[in-house]
Amino acid sequence: MTGVRWTIWLPLLLFAGFLVLVVHGLTRPGSTEIESAMIGKPLPRFTLEPAVDDRPGLASSDFAAGTPRLLNIFASWCIPCAIEAPQLETLRREGVAIDGIAIRDKREDLAAFLARNGNPFNRIGRDDVSAVQLALGSAGVPESFVIDGKGVIRYQHIGAIRPEDLPLIREKLREAEK
Amino acid sequence: MRALLVLLALLTALPAASQDSMPPAPYAYRQLDDPAQEAKAQALMETLRCLKCQSQSIADSDAPMAGDMRSQVRQRIAAGEDPEAIRQWLIERYGDYVSYTPRLTGLTWPLFVLPLQLLAVITLIARKRLRKGGGA
Repeated sequence: MTGVRWTIWLPLLLFAGFLVLVVHGLTRPGSTEIESAMIGKPLPRFTLEPAVDDRPGLASSDFAAGTPRLLNIFASWCIPCAIEAPQLETLRREGVAIDGIAIRDKREDLAAFLARNGNPFNRIGRDDVSAVQLALGSAGVPESFVIDGKGVIRYQHIGAIRPEDLPLIREKLREAEK
Repeated sequence: MRALLVLLALLTALPAASQDSMPPAPYAYRQLDDPAQEAKAQALMETLRCLKCQSQSIADSDAPMAGDMRSQVRQRIAAGEDPEAIRQWLIERYGDYVSYTPRLTGLTWPLFVLPLQLLAVITLIARKRLRKGGGA
């Protein structure tokens, strides 16, 4: 037996490696969430018309006022948005400034949604063609962004804010104060 | 049978509950008047990933967000923006994920180099074998 012989095991080894890769991929499927690449960057410039009668519209210039704010991307037609409403209300009562961007929403639908689920927002801008959502790198509703006092995006929360997410959101808001 | 039909109707009706009722963005389903610009937009849209339905391009998808992306792509092309600049703008926001066109980066270079290397090894082995065969 010469030293060449061990090479006959090479295909089997390669195949075993391939199997390990397949099993790994099947048992741990990748996340389907798409993170924004805008974290750490300033908010893109935008100006949005008011989405409801009793709140002003929203512009990027509203965010450089020195204190962190929570920017919530939501819609009345989005079911998880109703689920996160009580958590937003909790944050509002704790003194967190929350602004909203309503995605592809009708005025009357939105008014009914806010009447039903509460209105924790200082300002609500209407984004009828998802333009600001795209500029933010947001891929769905609901999503929440922590914006610091200089108008820089510091954190993105994908999906509804559940009660167990509140400590994390509070921590990110505190971090944004620095 | 009826129960089955009702169940089927319910199952197919559910997704509609989480769709908005707004009309599509201006250029979501409308082509640009200039065929050359429309061709450029179409080529770009076929290589941009829909973020809602992640295995489709925005050209293929009926998701409202894909419509909004198509409208934005067409309007920017109409305004004279370069297709690659629009792709870059989206990559800055969503990462490489949003583009179906692979880029050569620090992470992806093995995908480009490995096939070439394999080809080189195969050529080498084949040559050796052929030479041996000729000599025997």
